[in-house]
Amino acid sequence: MSVKRFMKNNGRNNGSKPISPATQLPKCLTGIQGLDEITGGGLPRGRPTLVCGGAGCGKTLLAAEFLVRGAAQFGEPGVFMSFEETEPELQANVASLGFDLAGLIRRKKIVIDYVHVAPHDLHESGEYDLEGLFVRLGHAIDSIGARRVVLDTLEVLFASLHNEAILRAELRRLFRWLKDKGVTAVITAERGRDQLTRHGLEEYVSDCVILLDHRVNDQIATRNLRVTKYRGALHGTNEFPFLIGGEGISVLPITSLGLNHKVSDERIATGIPRLDAMLGGRGFFRGSSILLTGTPGTGKTIISSNFAQAACRRRERVLFFSFEESPNQIIRNMHSIGLRLEPMVKKGLLRFHSARPSLYGLEMHLATMFKEIAAFQPHVVIMDPITSLMDAGTASEGKGMVTRLIDYLKAGQVTSLFTSLTQSGSGPAQPNESAMSSLMDAWLSLQDMEGNGERNRVLYVLKARGMAHSNQIREFLISDHGVDLVDAYIGVSGVLTGSARVQQGALEKAVVLANQQEAATLKREVERKRKALDRQIGDLRSDYEGEALELRRIAEQVGTRTVMLGTDRAASGLLRQADTNKAAASTRVNHKNGKA
Amino acid sequence: MKKNKIRRVIPASAKSPATKPKDKEVMRLFVAGDTAKSRQAVLRVRSLFEAELKNGCELEVIDIHLHPERARINQIVATPTLIMEFHVPERRFIGNLSTAKGVSAGLDLIRKDKTAL
Repeated sequence: MSVKRFMKNNGRNNGSKPISPATQLPKCLTGIQGLDEITGGGLPRGRPTLVCGGAGCGKTLLAAEFLVRGAAQFGEPGVFMSFEETEPELQANVASLGFDLAGLIRRKKIVIDYVHVAPHDLHESGEYDLEGLFVRLGHAIDSIGARRVVLDTLEVLFASLHNEAILRAELRRLFRWLKDKGVTAVITAERGRDQLTRHGLEEYVSDCVILLDHRVNDQIATRNLRVTKYRGALHGTNEFPFLIGGEGISVLPITSLGLNHKVSDERIATGIPRLDAMLGGRGFFRGSSILLTGTPGTGKTIISSNFAQAACRRRERVLFFSFEESPNQIIRNMHSIGLRLEPMVKKGLLRFHSARPSLYGLEMHLATMFKEIAAFQPHVVIMDPITSLMDAGTASEGKGMVTRLIDYLKAGQVTSLFTSLTQSGSGPAQPNESAMSSLMDAWLSLQDMEGNGERNRVLYVLKARGMAHSNQIREFLISDHGVDLVDAYIGVSGVLTGSARVQQGALEKAVVLANQQEAATLKREVERKRKALDRQIGDLRSDYEGEALELRRIAEQVGTRTVMLGTDRAASGLLRQADTNKAAASTRVNHKNGKA
Repeated sequence: MKKNKIRRVIPASAKSPATKPKDKEVMRLFVAGDTAKSRQAVLRVRSLFEAELKNGCELEVIDIHLHPERARINQIVATPTLIMEFHVPERRFIGNLSTAKGVSAGLDLIRKDKTAL
């Protein structure tokens, strides 16, 4: 997340009129995550900023981070004039946040000047001025060409020096001198009871005031930051929670997330084929947010795990945030239904992250999740269940957290699945659920159906934006082999599930069987008749053929007799004319032979 | 009274090489620039501590504008500052020693220091 991108989106703050760059005050980037967004570019350049807060709020840390990041990231050397902590103490305190102060000092990017003003061996007698302070500060600034200065905390002077008139006059001179030097200064001060700061430093530092706060709600501590004044510029005046983490301060402003993320047309499988079928045949959109609500024990974790497995099979990374069960427990439970998650964990495709919701505040949870997501870069994120996390704060805080989370994930085109626990006995729409459901693109509801002395689980698709989905109920069966979605029977008394469904199914099967048998019987009957008919025909045919044969034989006989008669007549004729015509016959034959 | 007790305890412990020998007493006066005010301050110090200066006490005048690093080393915040290094702990006086009360109190303390030696 580069700061430049946010500045483009948020050159305007809180939806007000955009200011042209020419009229805007020049600003000094702090490098502190979130603070530059709230202030619209950082602290006012060349002016002093007051950071005010109670003990332990993080004032010194903010000032130190401002300086260190200025030196390390923006190439602006800085001077830290510390009235409370010595140089080694500061180095140690700041090292825990990953800042190598010693290295920066060595490279002459930062100078720490520890000013010790001990009251017990100091005697004031007569007029004096604080030129010593000016000389030291000036010398430090000039020695490294510093552009940033921190004074932490000038209030120590009030404890040691009792001539307030001189002190205040000199402070006024100091701030004028700082402005003339052109350095951007951060002044820390302690919160006062009647006025902003204990000693009224705010009268000298009036260009920008940041208030830090640390309060405890319901045993959970949250830190808040508020820019109460920023002269010459518009700024977000709301209170923003911030965290002190391993890399310094991070402020998490909700306004830094716009609603213009890329969307994908790709559909991804859920791991349960019939569920894909219910979702227009192809599954959920990539990058969408999915809500899975259900009463206890309806199988939300099972569906999430199936979803995870399907993603891992596509060689995509899945980050599973679990707030109720430990990873080992989930793996063991899924193993009982034939869903093997350990191979995916071993391959590094599936990563679990478990934390009890009451462990820290919502902001810390959010920051931790952001860090994990940024480090692992998953394609799918599962939160099981999100409701237990929302219990760690108020309802509005919870919704704000979920909004930020979803926006963050959508910006990275990460598909997210949130499971939510509902109370049994009521319908799917409950107050905080309805609120959250408007953030979600798809909503699956798992419910219990009681009846016939048993409870069965059913699944509805309540909404799925952007796709045609089934509006029918399905029974959700869990077995050793996994999960199956079965059509629930719609009987006379309503939806039938479980044993009632099985009964109904058996009944219908019996009816079908009976019909089939009847049909078979009829078929056999027809067959038999056909065969009888065939036989009859066969008989008739053979009769006919017999007679035909007879007829032929007779015809042949007649023919033969006629031929024989003819030859007999010729022979007898020959015999009768034998003598006289023998010679004639022979001559005829000779003639025939000779002449022929 | 308590302060006297403390002073007595310290000489009993081993002396570090950094501690000056008893006869070398130094007063350092830190001023800001060569202004009329600074010169006035120097004159006043010389007149007030005439006795001590005659007894071998040294007065060093440092201009922090010319030697800014001295301001840091000696932790100078206000000017003029007079540091008396007669004994541990050192005593500081801020201001040009114009108020009588402050001066007399200071002088008393110095003499007390010396008598305790």
